[in-house]
Amino acid sequence: MTNEELKYNITELLPAAFYDEASEFLTVIIPSEALLPLMKELRSKKEFDFDYLFCLTCVDWKDHLMMVYHLLSKTHNHTIVVKAKITDTVNPQIESVNGIWKTAELNEDEVFDLFGVKFLNHPNLRRLFLEDDWAGYPLRKNYTDEHMIKL
Amino acid sequence: MEEGGIEMDIKNDATKNKLVFPGQVHETPDGGFLVTKLDDVINWARSNSLWPLIFGTSCCAIEMMSAADAKYDWSRFGFEVARATPRQADLIIVSGTIVMKMAPVLKRLYDQMPDPKYVIAMGACTISGGPFFYNTYSVVKGVDHIIPVDVYIPGCPPRPEALLHSMITLQEKIKHEPYFRKAKK
Repeated sequence: MTNEELKYNITELLPAAFYDEASEFLTVIIPSEALLPLMKELRSKKEFDFDYLFCLTCVDWKDHLMMVYHLLSKTHNHTIVVKAKITDTVNPQIESVNGIWKTAELNEDEVFDLFGVKFLNHPNLRRLFLEDDWAGYPLRKNYTDEHMIKL
Repeated sequence: MEEGGIEMDIKNDATKNKLVFPGQVHETPDGGFLVTKLDDVINWARSNSLWPLIFGTSCCAIEMMSAADAKYDWSRFGFEVARATPRQADLIIVSGTIVMKMAPVLKRLYDQMPDPKYVIAMGACTISGGPFFYNTYSVVKGVDHIIPVDVYIPGCPPRPEALLHSMITLQEKIKHEPYFRKAKK
């Protein structure tokens, strides 16, 4: 499916989605509540068939957090980036996509570790790299600790 | 009384300590001829067979491997027996960034090495944290916060020649070390 066709089909599913085509892949920007239904469609519908989640990360934009999912279909050979905007930066939470792509489990652990996003219905959400008693989330823009020397 | 030496009159001393020795003892500051020469021999042997621990955490380790290979060949100076266990090593070359999570591991490795043991801090990261000095939550800002360092080599990464130079500098240090003698203050 070409980017135009992807765009057309996703707009049918979710009219609230925004698009950004400035980068290599078609980017779909959605509110965080709409993530799980859209992702389920992208995985299960035959014409999408996004069977491979090859990157899951998060970006801190200070006033909001943006979850970023890179999806690839091995059968159709098309790629898409789904960005889910989380507006609550104090207690950010979003549905886990672990049930759709198993690989998301560790990636979501990592995002929880470094950004503090709570993934709902995640089987084992825990600190992945840092110690369990670490205070704060280091990749947040407002993070600081007593060892850190600010430039 | 000669400079540095302590001339003792044992007979006067004996009245205090109940020690009887016929004659005078001249203590030399270096602890005597034989011991001094033994020091030299032992230090020569020690300095020319330093066994480094295989310990590389980042890109400096690539330069360290390069120093070990045929082109730079640190075995010319007696470093060829790199050990995979700290219990058989007497030199640790800290080559690469040390993060907070690695710090206790490095400390344990250092503690497991038998005395006398030496540390070379290779590269900017191990000296000060290097490029990760500012705005980092994870990097230890200088390996000397964890273990004592004998030789520092700056560079990012240092060339193998610089590493060889630091090793030869360490050998010089060992050759001037009192092995039997206690260092006098």
